[in-house]
Amino acid sequence: MRALSRLLYRRPKLRLLALLSAPMVWLVVAYLGALAALLITSFYKLDGFSGATIKEFGFQNFTEIRTVSVYRHVVVRTVLVATAVTVIDLALAIPISFYLAKIASPRVRRILSVAVTMPLWASYLVKAYAWRTFVDPGDGLIKKVFGVTPGLGLASTTIVLAYLWLPYAILPVYAGLERLPDSLLEASADLGGHALVTFRKVVIPVLGPALVAGSIFTFSLSMGDYIAVDLVGGKTQMIGSVVYDNFVQNGPLAAAVSLIPMAIMLVYLLGARQTGALENM
Amino acid sequence: MHLSKTARRAIAGLTSLVVVILWAPIIYAGLLAFNTAKSTTLQGLTVKWWPEAFRDPEVREALWGSTRTAFFATIIALILGTLLAFAIQRFSFFGKDALSFAVVLPIALPGIITGIALNSAFRQLGVSFGFKTIVIAHATFCIVVVHNNVLARLRRLPASLEEASADLGAHTFTTLRHVTFPMLASSFGAGAILAFALSFDEIVVTTFTAGANAKTLPQYILGNFSRPNNLPKVNVAVLVVLLLSIIPVWFAQRLSESGPGMASSR
Repeated sequence: MRALSRLLYRRPKLRLLALLSAPMVWLVVAYLGALAALLITSFYKLDGFSGATIKEFGFQNFTEIRTVSVYRHVVVRTVLVATAVTVIDLALAIPISFYLAKIASPRVRRILSVAVTMPLWASYLVKAYAWRTFVDPGDGLIKKVFGVTPGLGLASTTIVLAYLWLPYAILPVYAGLERLPDSLLEASADLGGHALVTFRKVVIPVLGPALVAGSIFTFSLSMGDYIAVDLVGGKTQMIGSVVYDNFVQNGPLAAAVSLIPMAIMLVYLLGARQTGALENM
Repeated sequence: MHLSKTARRAIAGLTSLVVVILWAPIIYAGLLAFNTAKSTTLQGLTVKWWPEAFRDPEVREALWGSTRTAFFATIIALILGTLLAFAIQRFSFFGKDALSFAVVLPIALPGIITGIALNSAFRQLGVSFGFKTIVIAHATFCIVVVHNNVLARLRRLPASLEEASADLGAHTFTTLRHVTFPMLASSFGAGAILAFALSFDEIVVTTFTAGANAKTLPQYILGNFSRPNNLPKVNVAVLVVLLLSIIPVWFAQRLSESGPGMASSR
């Protein structure tokens, strides 16, 4: 032990190697390798008769996605829903976080911050399942209480996705507001800044990276979802549903379709990294 | 910033409303486990489905499957996440930023991408699907939780304590065992609990990496909830998943002073 310890002490490189090798193998070789495998699979094609995957390189899957209009519609719809969900979540996250961080008393803050963050951890499937029973056009709770229901479709999809990812938006925004010193708000007020002016010129600029961090999850998770979409969306198809539906019959096509949200998210994440938002996650 | 009384009230009202909406589906789903009727409409309360659900071999197998998967995924995540946190906090090396980025990817990318990517990789390598593949997949997205918790704690630890231990003649491993690890213990605990909770209720990645035979509790729920006869058992399973994803997190929150921020999230 002591000899090994001495060796490690003298050779920091060896120490680093010992620490890094296992996680590197897992995350870089296995995970990034898997993403590469996905990329490779997307160029394969399907044998029309046997349904087997033929390991031959070709662009036919991408040609299909580009030329068949259904795919274009699905991509546009998904991006629009993901954008709507993100806007709704941020619009709610800002006032709620502001209340938590700047208005509520310490005691209320403690209770509310738990009340707002815990639902994030409650099973995603259970929450989607509960919403399925809520919006049910037949005898759902919403129909019973309010007389009308969004039913199964695009509206419910957007509402439920916004519900599911809201805590992911609140957390970074709340953390960002907690770091914002009260004195800045007071200074703005002393200089004659009206509440709305202070909000636009002080709060929002400081919150920038936190808002980007929050949007990463709301946007990304919306783009890949298919279970909640299937439960409350009726016939609504999103990118996730297309990937899932093709997964069994046509693996290569599913792989090619899944590259769309991946490409969008990678660009988004790399952009977000520039703003320093990833440290806020 | 001076907000009028009306504005304050409005913001307070909005916050309370959202808290109610956030909890309503969770509480409703929990109550359904006690529903007298075989439906998703709450009619009366009973515990009569509980013995039936826990006697059901399919439910038991799924519960055992989820527990086993979460346990092994947590162990792997605990080891890899800790090693990585030490490397990132104590060293600077080429590709460090890229590596910090790669840790977040499995949770920042939609689950379906992680799932289908691992599926392609397993297929190309000829690995047969089963519990092994679910564990590997779950561990991949659990690493970040442990990593973030341990890293946050390491950053707050004063280096002076380890130096003092070394000055007193302790070698690296003695210091680790008697000084560093005890100070990290609660962050290990918080990270492990969160990883377990994350794995226990995961469904998307599981669907793509499970194969035909391995079943987890969320898979049981998804597969059976459109079968009216199985609905009471599904509702019991729902409550089990709910409790096992929420209660541990409450404990984890008490262990890590910072609370389960995004840093520790899925």
